[in-house]
Amino acid sequence: MIILKNINKSYDIGDSKLHVLKGIDAHIKQGEMVAIMGSSGSGKSTLLNILGLLDNYDNGEYYLNDILVKDLNETKAAKLRSKFLGFVFQSFNLISFKTAVENVALPLYYQGVKRKKRNALALEYLEKVGLKDWAKHLPSELSGGQKQRIAIARALISNPKVILADEPTGALDTTTSYEVMQIFKSINKQGISVVIVTHESDIAQMCDRVINLKDGLIINI
Amino acid sequence: MIDLDNIKEIYASLMQNKLRTALTVFGVSWGVFMLLIMLGSGKGLENGVTQGFGDFATNSMFVWSKRTSMPYKGFPRGRNINFTNRDIAALKSSIQEIDIIAPKIQAYGGEGNNVIRGKEVGAFSINGDYPDYNRIDPVKILQGRFINNKDITDLRKVCVIGDRVYKIMFKPNENAIGKYLKINGVYFKVVGVFKPKSKDMGEDKSEVVILPFTTLQKVYNYGDIIGYFAITAKQNIPVSVVEQKVRTRLAELHSIHPDDKLALGGFNVEKQFKQMKGIFTGINILVWIVGIGTLLAGVIGVSNIMLVIVKERTKEIGIKRAIGASPKSVITQIIYEAVIITVFSGLLGLTAGAWVVELVAYFVNNGGGDTGMFSNPEINFSVAIKAIIVLSVSGIFAGFVPAKRAVSVKPIDALRDE
Repeated sequence: MIILKNINKSYDIGDSKLHVLKGIDAHIKQGEMVAIMGSSGSGKSTLLNILGLLDNYDNGEYYLNDILVKDLNETKAAKLRSKFLGFVFQSFNLISFKTAVENVALPLYYQGVKRKKRNALALEYLEKVGLKDWAKHLPSELSGGQKQRIAIARALISNPKVILADEPTGALDTTTSYEVMQIFKSINKQGISVVIVTHESDIAQMCDRVINLKDGLIINI
Repeated sequence: MIDLDNIKEIYASLMQNKLRTALTVFGVSWGVFMLLIMLGSGKGLENGVTQGFGDFATNSMFVWSKRTSMPYKGFPRGRNINFTNRDIAALKSSIQEIDIIAPKIQAYGGEGNNVIRGKEVGAFSINGDYPDYNRIDPVKILQGRFINNKDITDLRKVCVIGDRVYKIMFKPNENAIGKYLKINGVYFKVVGVFKPKSKDMGEDKSEVVILPFTTLQKVYNYGDIIGYFAITAKQNIPVSVVEQKVRTRLAELHSIHPDDKLALGGFNVEKQFKQMKGIFTGINILVWIVGIGTLLAGVIGVSNIMLVIVKERTKEIGIKRAIGASPKSVITQIIYEAVIITVFSGLLGLTAGAWVVELVAYFVNNGGGDTGMFSNPEINFSVAIKAIIVLSVSGIFAGFVPAKRAVSVKPIDALRDE
């Protein structure tokens, strides 16, 4: 599903360069649940952003569903994102003036799905995360756990091949974190690959495989 | 294209800061409002003045005789010049560019109330006219008819009276036709009542009694003297050309020194009319410059506000792009927003402006009294349509820079924005 070959990425900081990823090789198979771990500054978020086509890389090759993605323009990247990828963020990133169901339906809007159909589908996905009764509520009326479940429903609705989650439990207490992880697991069982960036080892342990990053390189522990 | 979601989003984003939105709306609508008020007033002024002309032939001129200021051919200076009946034929035959030539004369004397009918008396101007004069300064006939050629040739003692004269000399709704008026001691039969169309061209014609030109000359002992000439030029011939030729010819006929500018008086209606048209063109240009300027200020305001909105919503735009929004959909959303706010504000200003102009028009038209230089301010429909098009286009321009700014931020940076 995802193949990374010798990915390098550096940022310009004034006159000098900060080399963040120093040659990452990885292979995430279809239906795998992988955790990326590392201390802050290890490059895990950068890696996730590259995986999510939110950021470019300098050298190497990245195959998403056997398509080489490199130096994409924004329109193409947006198309690929909406076709293959679903995002879950630490701070949920729901649109504050849209209701739960509208938030979930949003990716379908950008795919051009008719309003009636996408709202019906959004309700279905809300039901899957157990929040059907909250469909008409605004994000500000929901708890952190509920928000994250809505974000997951939003990530799922476009029927992606891969879910990319950036510290999805970072803003949640332990009990809710475990609930959210259960949802990820059940998603994974349906054959969707899940990549979770985290620095909590108990969360990482729930995944099939852990990729450890240190100073821009994958290390084996 | 635009759909319910676009509209909902625009509504939500505009409602996030109501005061700011209201001020932006005010900026644009004030611009349009001012433009409309100015256009309406300009038009009102123009209508008022052109209506004052009525159907007055604008390709006309007047020429009258005065006193010489230079000695010539043995005549001393200070000699009184009088036009005579011979001049009519002489001018007509020698100047091809003349279309209508209407000699006029005014009866003087008879101090005070010169028109008498039983117990009713009044002081009016007594004019002698040819039927042709009605083609230069047409009047509206209320009863009967105007002077005709038969009146001229038969020296009929008939008269046509203005509506004020009728009002004073006759009872309301009384039939004036066939009745007699004693004018400077001579009885004349009324054959027509008229209402002037033009306003204040030298005199108030509602208070005029018109006699056949020849009758007036004869009855009041003017011999063959003519008071003055009203002349129109043929089509496509400038009045100034005719004026020059008429003056030269009259100077020859009456032994006036060619350089004696003071012996003949005159008035070129076309020149005056053109000058006035020029003033209105100037006013119009000024109105548009100021109006467009005000509008532009409003539109720049919209652009500014959109920039702020984009900046505020950077994160939201980042989220949308992460979940599949293409740059194009982000750009169109922002441009829609700018266009909607501009067009909405514009229509608001347009409606308010149209209301005010209509209100003024209503009071001007129904307020009674003579409004003089101001009449029927109006805005035509095509201006409104043009305004909407201009607004939409300026909305697109207003949204363009902020929209470009929105997509120039990489989604990852947008997401990081806190």
